[in-house]
Amino acid sequence: MIQTLCFHCGERALEGNRWSLNIDGEEQPMCCPACKAVADTIIGSGLKDYYRHRTALPEISPQQKRSANDDVREELKLYDEMAIQQSFVQRFEGEQVEAEAILVISGISCAACAWLIEHRLQQLENIVSVNLNLTTHRLMVRWLDEKVKLSQIFEEIHQLGYQAHPFSATEAEEQRIQESKTAFRRLAVAGFATMQVMMLAVPLYVGELQGILIQYEIFLRAASMLFATVVVLYSARPFFSAALRDLRTRHLTMDVPVSIAILLAYFASVWSTANQGPEIYFDSVCMFTFFLLTGRFFEMRARHRMTQAGNNLLDLMPPAAIKSTPDGNIVIASSDIQVNDLLLIKPGQQIPADGIIESGSSAVDEAALTGEYLPVDKVIGDRLIGGTHNVESQLLMRVTATGVEAELNTVMRLMDRAQQEKPAIAIFADKVASRFVAAVLIIATSIAIAWSFIDPSQAFWITLAVLVVTCPCALSLATPTALTAATASLREQGFLISKGHVLEGLNQIDRIIFDKTGTLTRGELTLTQALPAFLDVALSEPQALKIAATLEQYSNHPIARAFASADVFDTANIKQVTGQGSEGQLCNIDQFTNATYRIGRADFAFPQKALLPPINDERQWILLADQDQPLYWFALTDTLRQGAVPMIRQLKTWGINVSMLTGDPSGQAEAVAKALDIDDVHKGLSPADKLELASNWQQQGERLMMVGDGINDVPTLARADIAVAIGQASDLTKTNADAVITNNNLTTLLQAISKGRKSTLIIRQNIYWALLYNILALPLAATGFIPPWAAAIGMSVSSLIVVGNALRLLSPNKQI
Amino acid sequence: MDIIYVLIPLSILLIGIAVAVLFWAIKSGQFDDMDSPAHRILFDDDDQLKK
Repeated sequence: MIQTLCFHCGERALEGNRWSLNIDGEEQPMCCPACKAVADTIIGSGLKDYYRHRTALPEISPQQKRSANDDVREELKLYDEMAIQQSFVQRFEGEQVEAEAILVISGISCAACAWLIEHRLQQLENIVSVNLNLTTHRLMVRWLDEKVKLSQIFEEIHQLGYQAHPFSATEAEEQRIQESKTAFRRLAVAGFATMQVMMLAVPLYVGELQGILIQYEIFLRAASMLFATVVVLYSARPFFSAALRDLRTRHLTMDVPVSIAILLAYFASVWSTANQGPEIYFDSVCMFTFFLLTGRFFEMRARHRMTQAGNNLLDLMPPAAIKSTPDGNIVIASSDIQVNDLLLIKPGQQIPADGIIESGSSAVDEAALTGEYLPVDKVIGDRLIGGTHNVESQLLMRVTATGVEAELNTVMRLMDRAQQEKPAIAIFADKVASRFVAAVLIIATSIAIAWSFIDPSQAFWITLAVLVVTCPCALSLATPTALTAATASLREQGFLISKGHVLEGLNQIDRIIFDKTGTLTRGELTLTQALPAFLDVALSEPQALKIAATLEQYSNHPIARAFASADVFDTANIKQVTGQGSEGQLCNIDQFTNATYRIGRADFAFPQKALLPPINDERQWILLADQDQPLYWFALTDTLRQGAVPMIRQLKTWGINVSMLTGDPSGQAEAVAKALDIDDVHKGLSPADKLELASNWQQQGERLMMVGDGINDVPTLARADIAVAIGQASDLTKTNADAVITNNNLTTLLQAISKGRKSTLIIRQNIYWALLYNILALPLAATGFIPPWAAAIGMSVSSLIVVGNALRLLSPNKQI
Repeated sequence: MDIIYVLIPLSILLIGIAVAVLFWAIKSGQFDDMDSPAHRILFDDDDQLKK
């Protein structure tokens, strides 16, 4: 059978042309009404070029966020409240009052998305300006306050299939922007100066060979000095301050030899310029600084890229809450919630604070905190945790804790503590650096003393030659070039590294800890099997599936979402029963008209008789029945994430221990472990339990990598030697991770580990080569045999070899 | 060759101006988004915009 793929989102279109849409005279298949609605909006506003321009399919398929549209509209209306706008909308007085807001858009997968959103909004009346930043996914929009409502803008974005959240810059964010601007300025200055000094160096080198008039030489040297001075005073400052900090904490890193080299070469050249000494090194000073700054600049950009899109905690807490007062319901900002307030929580909404249910009952999705993917049923008197989701029906809650005392914040505190205890991965280059500095300083001093006895007039120049020859240029380029190349290559393969220690650390890992739900599994239920309840049931399987999907279509429960891709009957009369399932009649379809169908737990769907699932396993079995007889069993389960099985197998052959820690107390844990062949399973753990297990392993001397996605994993991620988050993880999790698997395929982890091994190897080769060069050149320089030009050539060649070796890491991995 | 006494200071001056312009550009946020302008130019959108 040829699979038809949805024209809009690329999911399988199970029903061929049922939802097809005419685009440019051609019928294009769609997988669901949600995709059709989005595509309709896009075509209807004359933006069909989006489909021509796009290079990636939508990140969020509209199907996954199918929920009753009115609910969403209702929720978006909250953004019109002044109390909420206060925190992120700015107003500008003028002829007409203009308002401006920054929104974070999720679901952007390529440049065409930005084009689509910008153009759609520009088509609206009274929008002053729209600008979407593709790097940060932030939309800056400005509108006439009296004519346009902010909720309209949110709704437009929603209709295109994206999600918008208000953004307010945090202090850390401001700092990041400043850091990046400063780094760019320093890099630019070093770059300009290097070009100029190189140009001035050419006549000086030629003059060295053919002779040059003394006044020209002095002039050219002075001009070079001007540029080098700017570079040393401005561009190279981060190295000096880092070196000073290292000296104070008595922990030598590469910054110390780098600073010594820059300063010595600079001051020796200044002296040389003033006293017509034999040699100047201004060109080396500038070029060296420029190379090192380039490496650090790319490292910084990778680091920022990961945190930028995030809104951290803000994303988790809803911006508004509905407060129930004797005079009716009012909307307040969540920052104004106080203990003992009565809050109304609608289905689909996030719970804004910790509290106790006063009236109503519902299922609450606590996956973010516990890792359990099935919602927990809650009744009057039960505790609610801020940041979790109300799934089924309306609740009235009394607030017991807000802000810093809330449950979610205890997880944050746990995380802070764990972070302070995070062990440092030893960086090989830093270990070498400390010994190298000591050795060079001792050798240089003894050479200076020795030559002052032999020939005091030459002592200074020979000592300087020793220092320049041993200049740790190649040595300090060895690590950053290798890391930059490996990071760039891994980014293309879907592994985004944000902290420098990851690549070297990957090689030293003894144990990898996996979270279950959402990491090893996809974190959502899918339909895996349908079985008739008795042999000669009148209904065919597709018909049963269609009835089931019809009954579940308005529910937000994860069970209902498993049916979301199936076709539904158009008209039906459906009633949902909280915590049980739903029932309904189908209208206008002769064959089924007189039946009342129920779907849900067996004792609800068919209460007349106690029924057991046809197969006794860990899957979730639900029953479809009519008033007379049970009809069909459906088996639902959380399926394994792509690449999970080959990944675990390969890790085991590499001799890495694999453990699974999960908050889910059900037998599902064993089922997943069995499917993946993991022996070490711990289930039913709180975030604190996970953290404790991890620190026990660390105390036994193991190096840990943690792979997770939920808020409940964050403390352990903060503690692990290397923390990896899944691409679909919450922003808070990603911010705390050292790396993110962006393509959501677990085999990427294998590629990262093998790339990590290769880069460790190359870094070592580079460092040994640089040391070897230094050791060979040192005796020659010490005895006064190396002319300055030979020293300069040797230095450049050794640096080029190091860079060339590092570039080998750019080639993609062989398939594992 | 004495012309270099004029040309080199002149080039220093030009570089100074270039750096000043670049600093201004960085400050006014022109380098904040390194990705979208490069893509935006690829979309020809002159025809079907009905405002």
